[in-house]
Amino acid sequence: MKTLKAVKCGESTKVVKLHGDGPIRRRIMDMGITKGVDVFVRKVAPLGDPIEITVLGYELSIRKADAELIEVF
Amino acid sequence: MNLKIALVGNPNCGKTTMFNALTGSSQYVGNWPGVTVEKKSGKLKGHNDVEIIDLPGIYSLSPYTLEEVVSRNYLLNEKPDVMINIVDSSNIERNLYLTTQLLETGIPMILALNMTDIVKKRGDLINIKALAKRLGCEVMETSAVKSEGCAELAEKAITLGKSRQKSKPLPIFSTDITKTLGQIESIIKTKSTTEHPDFYAIKLFERDEKAIEQLNLSDTVMAEITALTVSCEEAMDDDSESIVTSERYQTIGRIVSDTIKKKASTGMTPSDKIDRIVTNRFLALPIFAAIMFLMYFVSVTTVGAWVTDWTNDVLFGEIIPPAVEALLVSWGTAEWLNSLILDGIIGGVGAVLGFVPQMFVLFLFLAILEDCGYMARVAFIMDRVFRKFGLSGKSFIPLLIGTGCSVPGIMASRTIENERDRKMTIMTTSFIPCSAKLPVIALIAGALFPGSVWVAPSAYFIGVAAIIVSGIILKKTRGFSGDPAPFIMELPAYHVPGAKGVLIHMWERGKSFIKKAGTVIFVASITIWFLSSFNFALEMVDTNESILAALGMIIAPVFIPLGFGTWEATVATITGLIAKETVVSTFGVLFGFAEVAEDGAELWPQLQMAFTQMAAFSFLVFNLLCAPCFAAIGAIHREMGSAKWTLIAVGYQTAFAYTIALIIYQLGLFFTGGGFGIGTAAAILMIAALLYLLFRKPVSKTKQKQLIPVKEI
Repeated sequence: MKTLKAVKCGESTKVVKLHGDGPIRRRIMDMGITKGVDVFVRKVAPLGDPIEITVLGYELSIRKADAELIEVF
Repeated sequence: MNLKIALVGNPNCGKTTMFNALTGSSQYVGNWPGVTVEKKSGKLKGHNDVEIIDLPGIYSLSPYTLEEVVSRNYLLNEKPDVMINIVDSSNIERNLYLTTQLLETGIPMILALNMTDIVKKRGDLINIKALAKRLGCEVMETSAVKSEGCAELAEKAITLGKSRQKSKPLPIFSTDITKTLGQIESIIKTKSTTEHPDFYAIKLFERDEKAIEQLNLSDTVMAEITALTVSCEEAMDDDSESIVTSERYQTIGRIVSDTIKKKASTGMTPSDKIDRIVTNRFLALPIFAAIMFLMYFVSVTTVGAWVTDWTNDVLFGEIIPPAVEALLVSWGTAEWLNSLILDGIIGGVGAVLGFVPQMFVLFLFLAILEDCGYMARVAFIMDRVFRKFGLSGKSFIPLLIGTGCSVPGIMASRTIENERDRKMTIMTTSFIPCSAKLPVIALIAGALFPGSVWVAPSAYFIGVAAIIVSGIILKKTRGFSGDPAPFIMELPAYHVPGAKGVLIHMWERGKSFIKKAGTVIFVASITIWFLSSFNFALEMVDTNESILAALGMIIAPVFIPLGFGTWEATVATITGLIAKETVVSTFGVLFGFAEVAEDGAELWPQLQMAFTQMAAFSFLVFNLLCAPCFAAIGAIHREMGSAKWTLIAVGYQTAFAYTIALIIYQLGLFFTGGGFGIGTAAAILMIAALLYLLFRKPVSKTKQKQLIPVKEI
């Protein structure tokens, strides 16, 4: 299973499924990261975490630990 | 007739600006998610019978964050007559996600398409008529910043509110789900009296605990609903929350592609270009350091300090007191009254108000950083470091500012939107030695550690260590336990900060502090003045014969395990509550000097007699870490917004200070050949307790009773 965490900077991908549960998972979905959505990994923070992604045309910062819950192609 | 209009929208969509435009009030607006934590209300300009309620910015009506629950409860229980859903059109897809949920509440709704100028600049075209038709509600173009369209919007909202035309849910869901939702809805309609059956049908389908609680249906009815949900989930091979969310976004995608003509993207926007440099892998940290240094340098050491020094030394030193004194003398008032006004009120409140100019300079910077969008990047850059000990990336700014003065530092914590992180930052900010603690450090270092270079730096080291240790300990306690807050944060586009907004922000924050100085700090200063100026016979005496001295003697034994159980040291510590540098002048008074230098050089011989090195260091540590001055306690109270949490914070700080000072003194005594005593045993026990608190497993949050079994996926 490949997760968003493993996607390299500057690459685009598509969301397959969300793992985890509770508030974090819901928050991820509420922010528009749902099945079939395109996600572009823009950059990694200078200290290596979190990452910045583009989804639905806006910028989102997400920790790698949370990105691991997002299964991608 | 009284009409209630609720403003609802995503964080950072221009909601508070709209509120200001509609009510003519001056609520602060920041370019950064989560500025409104509580709901605010005001009267519509020119309509005394129309109330506008500014709800916290939310992304969804899910039950997980405080903001969402506040907004949701307001909408469902307080029954506003109309909602104005403010939509940031430059980010329309995510904004419409909330819109789809709002339509399900049935409350009459009008949609304000805000920030359309950005969309036009991009070259995108929004077909407003088509959008209104698809959404089934009125859509209006507005620019809250320029106050365009706001008056018309309010008029339309009033008309809509009077007509009571309910909003209708969008046809979002596929046939199977619509069927299931219909079944759940008919159950709700027969078993409860709710006015929002559409909303609750979806919420029960999503297993929303808050909704389940509110409807309070019987177990058999719930089992029936669960069965419907589970069979639908099995058919779709996904869980209900995912199904609902995905279908919402899919519907929005269709609406947006039908009603908005997007110009092919033309590469990087100016915001992208700025971000490319500012959060660049190599440049981000140097730029961050430079900005922080500049902010600190200007507000704490140069401009702010000049003004503050002038306020403290000249305005409240040379101008006001002599003038007031002359006035009082000319009136022939009693001596005690003169003392109350001059030493108690002007001395106490003046010491605090002296920080106001510094704070205004700092708040100006913070306002600019927030408004332009850099603050969100600070969190992005620093998150990794601070998360380790339970703080947020944004905690860096309060701590940095705290090296100058804890008061603005604590107030800067307001930029942390997560409540737990914010409380923790407030509690730990004053551990960092502020500038007022420097004279205390200089006094102890000069008197008992002459020529030593490690005492002053160790104060900072102990401060930083105290923050880290406290972060880890507090994170594991019940009050701060629970799931880590998701750090899934929007990074808003940069924009040039508006002068008006920035000034309003600076003023609002400064004002709230001045108000505090006028109340809590005022009373506290008078109390300390009274205790230190009178004896029990209510005669005016010198401090060393006062009630405070008597109290000092009673309390002093408490500090014996810390090595400084003398009443002088106790009284000095207590007066340090007015301002930490007062510790030095109190020693001066107690040892019979009228005037002492800032580092108290005159006192050194007496202090060498009164303290051993160990006791002096322990005294220093206790005074650095214990409850901060009244001004800072006032700021804590202002930011915590609760007396209970203020007590918890100050109590924790004092207990922590006591523990650390005791460990240092007792172990110091033991290792310098003092022998093993009860104190040593206590120190070892306290170390063990600290280590336990540091390394134990976090307290798990009591699981809420789940009424519907969650399907494994």
